[in-house]
Amino acid sequence: MADVIHDAVDYVPPLVVEEEELYHAKTWLGKYVFSQDAKVIAIQYSATAIGVGVVALCLSVLMRLQIGWPDTFAFIDPTNYLQFVTMHGMIMVVYLLTALFLGGFGNYMIPLMIGARDMAFPYANMLSFWFYFVSVVILLASFFVPGGATGAGWTLYPPQAIMPGTPGTDLGILLMLASLAVFIIGFTMGGLNYLTTVLQLRTRGMSLMRMPLTVWAIFTATVLALLAFPALLVSAIMMALDTLLGTSFFMPAIISAGAQTDYSGGSPVLFQHLFWFFGHPEVYIVALPAFGLVSDIISVHARKAIFGYRMMVWAIVAIGALSFIVWAHHMYVSGMNPYFGFFFATTTLIIAVPTAIKVYNWVLTLWRGNIKTTVPMLFAIGFVFTFINGGLTGLFLGNVTIDLPLSDTYFVVAHFHMVMAVSPVLVVFGSIYHWYPKITGRMYNDTMARIHFWCTFVGSYAIYYPMHYLGIQGMPRRYFSYGETEFISAGSGDLNAAISVAAIFVAVSQIFFFVNIIGSLFRGEKADPNPWDATTLEWQTPQTPPGHGNFDDLPLVYRWAYDYSVPGYEQDFIPQNVSPAESERMAKRIEKA
Amino acid sequence: MEYVLLTLAVVMGIVVWWVLRQTVNVKPWVPAASTEAVDSAGVRAGLDVGSNPLRPSKVALGGFLAVSSSIFALFISAYSIRMEYGDWRPLPEPTLLWANTVILILCSVFLHSAWVAVKKQNLVGIKVGLALGSLMTLAFMVGQGLAWNQLLDSGYGISGNPANAFFYTLTALHALHLLGGLIALAFAFKKVWGAVEFSEIETKVYAVELCGVYWHFFLAVWAILFTYLLNT
Repeated sequence: MADVIHDAVDYVPPLVVEEEELYHAKTWLGKYVFSQDAKVIAIQYSATAIGVGVVALCLSVLMRLQIGWPDTFAFIDPTNYLQFVTMHGMIMVVYLLTALFLGGFGNYMIPLMIGARDMAFPYANMLSFWFYFVSVVILLASFFVPGGATGAGWTLYPPQAIMPGTPGTDLGILLMLASLAVFIIGFTMGGLNYLTTVLQLRTRGMSLMRMPLTVWAIFTATVLALLAFPALLVSAIMMALDTLLGTSFFMPAIISAGAQTDYSGGSPVLFQHLFWFFGHPEVYIVALPAFGLVSDIISVHARKAIFGYRMMVWAIVAIGALSFIVWAHHMYVSGMNPYFGFFFATTTLIIAVPTAIKVYNWVLTLWRGNIKTTVPMLFAIGFVFTFINGGLTGLFLGNVTIDLPLSDTYFVVAHFHMVMAVSPVLVVFGSIYHWYPKITGRMYNDTMARIHFWCTFVGSYAIYYPMHYLGIQGMPRRYFSYGETEFISAGSGDLNAAISVAAIFVAVSQIFFFVNIIGSLFRGEKADPNPWDATTLEWQTPQTPPGHGNFDDLPLVYRWAYDYSVPGYEQDFIPQNVSPAESERMAKRIEKA
Repeated sequence: MEYVLLTLAVVMGIVVWWVLRQTVNVKPWVPAASTEAVDSAGVRAGLDVGSNPLRPSKVALGGFLAVSSSIFALFISAYSIRMEYGDWRPLPEPTLLWANTVILILCSVFLHSAWVAVKKQNLVGIKVGLALGSLMTLAFMVGQGLAWNQLLDSGYGISGNPANAFFYTLTALHALHLLGGLIALAFAFKKVWGAVEFSEIETKVYAVELCGVYWHFFLAVWAILFTYLLNT
């Protein structure tokens, strides 16, 4: 009997798919520019995303200058302001966060964490990045065309998105739609890659339930993105036809500049349905990878197994499935049937259940853990705080009656920035610090990283907490200036100036991040291959940074990703590729001691 | 939106069922015990590893077809919502569309015959099936172009009525997907064209099966679209 158990214990299932010869680049161009290595593509994706993110950050500073000190800066007029709002939103949500989490972290983490040599389709992966790059170029080009970039808001609602009077109705809106279409085509190539790689290229022994939560989360986010982005593509195609060929998909009979237009009978609300059918899953496309990455960071730096691993997996999948039936909570004021509002409010509150499960599990993982307050851990704990804050205001906005007065006020701005801007960005920073030693082979400067964390964390609260108050007063968002109103209190101007100071402070303090990340490439001390004593496969590579093909021999996996502080072992972590025989020897050593 | 939700419910149902099947009754924290259902020969349940592995390209094709289903379900939903409005003026479908439908069915039949030929290791059958399949696809697209031409000649422009706009957009989108399929088919063709013996291409012919699946899928999409276009 004992023999049988031992057989089962040491049994390693065979590879599902035979290993194929890796593509080896022969030229410099093929190795670094049109690279087919997922790690290089990941860095290309991340660098492009962060670069365009800096543009969006500058736009937000310009917006804050106008709101904080109206009528002071002559170079910001209402047209510019609306363009800044639009481009800031679109870049941050789609071109920064989606691209960084799925294209950046997805490409780097998936093959390494599941023990594969590369993605399933390296060539399509390379194309995916270059499509993304072209989409970014098209997007940025729209600043420089006649009429400038579109100023329709990131939601691009028709009819105003394509009617004269809105900035950028000449070419701006068309370039925006074209850029989105190219992005979606590029993402589809990447997304099918992530999907297939997770399903088919896991190394032997890496069953689905032994995958780190990062992989589960990125995988589920990919499925969401593959199903949700078509809605954006469909609405972009239809809106482009309305603009170019005069069809009336979304355009109602409308009078423009005193004259009747040729449009008739289109439905703007149909666009809203399509847009938010993409838009709400998009929130979780951004949030789920953050959930996954933060679960792994917390577990590693608390030296404790993640609490409720299976429940975490199911929560990720449940959030993903539910995220498709909550979209109309963005449309309570669009005049839809009130029963719809009731339905969508209910589903919205239900989605809080799996989300709360995740929050409890993070907190319970920390409970009695051996918490190391390293920089990644600071960011991870900062994320949990911020996410709870943002999530709680979501309960207000999810209810129809409370949402109606708060709709389109700064309360909404505060809510979504807390929950899907600051929270994921904290995870982005935490993850970059966490994996920096593996990606570059060098350690970042700890002091600078800590300064960066505190400035970002405290500064974000200084920006967004006061906004809740402004929003409850009824201060509307997206306005260029406010003038005299009855409902906005006298001190709000000063408060806005204070928020702007905080915003500029946070924006400037990102210098600590860039100086640190770039400077440590050259001056950072050599990093240990596994500086955090982590169990997952990416830390067990023979070279640091991992070479082409990731591993010498593909690792065999014998356990889950969370064997931290296992009772009876001196070493407080057991990597996933340690066989039972080896771990037996590890256990015996402390018995002797 | 009910059609999108229905499609999505099916896809999500598959995903959730699959996840539950893989994850219920699994104890990932138990070290080293293989958590996969494996028979005595060491084969993963449901997968015949040696003879016919589930290739990555097949998984990716499945994913792509899910994406396409999402696109068409969204369009059809928008279509049925828009149809309810008072100003909807259905356009007369050219009879030519019936002929095109027959041609598209023939495409599927020929590609299917190529796939059957793969199983029988019949090289000539593969080549003939692929050639006729791609010819028929081209014929289908020419036919669609002629149908467009007829409509334009009788004064049904794209901006005339929402019904027209949907007709042109949906048919164009469908043809675009087939065009993409033709590119993949060309690659498959290139692989088998120069071969003299079946054994030379044995490891590459799975592409033929993928093309067959793709064409069947877009035949089904066309059947749904055509039904819709006829009933308005």
